[in-house]
Amino acid sequence: MYVATKGGERAIEAAHRWLAEERRGDPDVPELTVAQIREQMTLAVNRVMAEGSLYDRDLAALAIKQSRGDLIEAVFLIRAYRTTLPRFGASNPVATDDMAIARRVSATFKDAPGGQVLGPTFDYTHRLLDFALLADGDPPPADMRPADPAPAPHVLQLLDRDGLMEPLPGGDVPPGDLTREPLAMPADRPVRLQALTRGDEGFVLAMAYSTQRGYGRTHAFVGELRIGTCAVEMEIPELGFAVEIGEIELSECETVNQFTGSRKEPPQFTRGYGLVMGQSERKAIAMSLVDRAMRWEELGEEATGAPAQDAEFVLYHADNIQATGFLEHIKLPHYVDFQSELELIRKLRRAAAEARQEVRDDRA
Amino acid sequence: MSGEIGDQGARQAWMGLLARARPARLAALLPDLPPHDWLRPPEIGAVMVRGRIGATGAPFNLGEMTVTRCALRLADGRAGHAHVQGRDRDHATRAALVDALMQGPDAARIDAEVLTPLRVEEGARRRMRAEKAAATRVEFFTLVRGEG
Repeated sequence: MYVATKGGERAIEAAHRWLAEERRGDPDVPELTVAQIREQMTLAVNRVMAEGSLYDRDLAALAIKQSRGDLIEAVFLIRAYRTTLPRFGASNPVATDDMAIARRVSATFKDAPGGQVLGPTFDYTHRLLDFALLADGDPPPADMRPADPAPAPHVLQLLDRDGLMEPLPGGDVPPGDLTREPLAMPADRPVRLQALTRGDEGFVLAMAYSTQRGYGRTHAFVGELRIGTCAVEMEIPELGFAVEIGEIELSECETVNQFTGSRKEPPQFTRGYGLVMGQSERKAIAMSLVDRAMRWEELGEEATGAPAQDAEFVLYHADNIQATGFLEHIKLPHYVDFQSELELIRKLRRAAAEARQEVRDDRA
Repeated sequence: MSGEIGDQGARQAWMGLLARARPARLAALLPDLPPHDWLRPPEIGAVMVRGRIGATGAPFNLGEMTVTRCALRLADGRAGHAHVQGRDRDHATRAALVDALMQGPDAARIDAEVLTPLRVEEGARRRMRAEKAAATRVEFFTLVRGEG
């Protein structure tokens, strides 16, 4: 039976009006613009784009403003918006080899062709609060140096050439799409990667960290981490050729993992892969570790029962919108459900009291 | 750059340049819109962006991006198409107009007035970013300790 209860409308309206006022904060402080969020809260914008699974900086910034900085709420707004958009098609796979690199480091090869480029990184900062930011003022301009036009090939290709890397099957099989079909097990690697790249950063980070601490250890090195912009190209049927429709910033991480061989595979290095929208390197690294951990079965590794090896566990819990939707719904009215719980517990207590009474009567 | 129909590479190049252009800049370079009829009025949608496992392996779905597309016809019959990143209908309209204009007698003028400035400015933006990146490139040197 379903019973609708009315009477909350006025309270809800007042709550939302107060929410809008609280969102604005102290009116003596200038209002934040969406452009300011887009330009100065860039990494929050990136996170909302990645987990919202929609690359649009203005919309992500708007969602952050609307959600008062609650990034999961902002992701929710983006996910809801994207369902209203018609799908024009799918792009050709982005060529990260041709990325205009802003940052590119390898923890395995010091002298990788193309060099180690630090980019705008928090690494090597002292993590001390910078009180100078309390005051207004523009920073000194960034240093510049003539750029080397030499290409920066993927570092793992160097190992590949020597036959030390596991081979990477190519092909152009259209990948499964979680926005079209719900997740089902077993999930193949393309679907796992889609789930991870839009998964909650904190969850993917924790799963990756658990592998480093020994729960499904994979001995990962960051073969290469690169961040920069890539062209997005799409075939346009009415034109009969592909055109660039824009460019997006991406973070890519490839891990090299020690692998001593199994019954299926010879000793070689294996791969984990992470690719995330925006400058989101923590997420890209974490994604590549979790991707590698979930590959234990195809590589013939031992099942250790570690959480990160359990694709079903990881993939069904990585999505923060599904998670928060189910979690938060339990605060909404469950009056009827609870009424039946109440009746049940009263019945059980009556039965228990009667049983005790019988025991006492028997003893007497 | 040639503006002839059939010169597919050149057309791809200008369509890409127009898609990447900043809408406000394109509007400043092409303030007046020549008369046109819609073949498909501007429509906002999404394109699923794909990546490849390990950069060169099988494709997977990375996530969507917003895109606005349209198609139109000039009074003389030339058609122009646009697919541009973002949700700006005017951006898509101007990109399609330039695409159409570039296929006719105005090509040289449009190339000089619209595409060349966009190309130069984009080149400068990219070069500046590349030079900032280059300044953060690590120059390793080895300290020799002890006696050889």
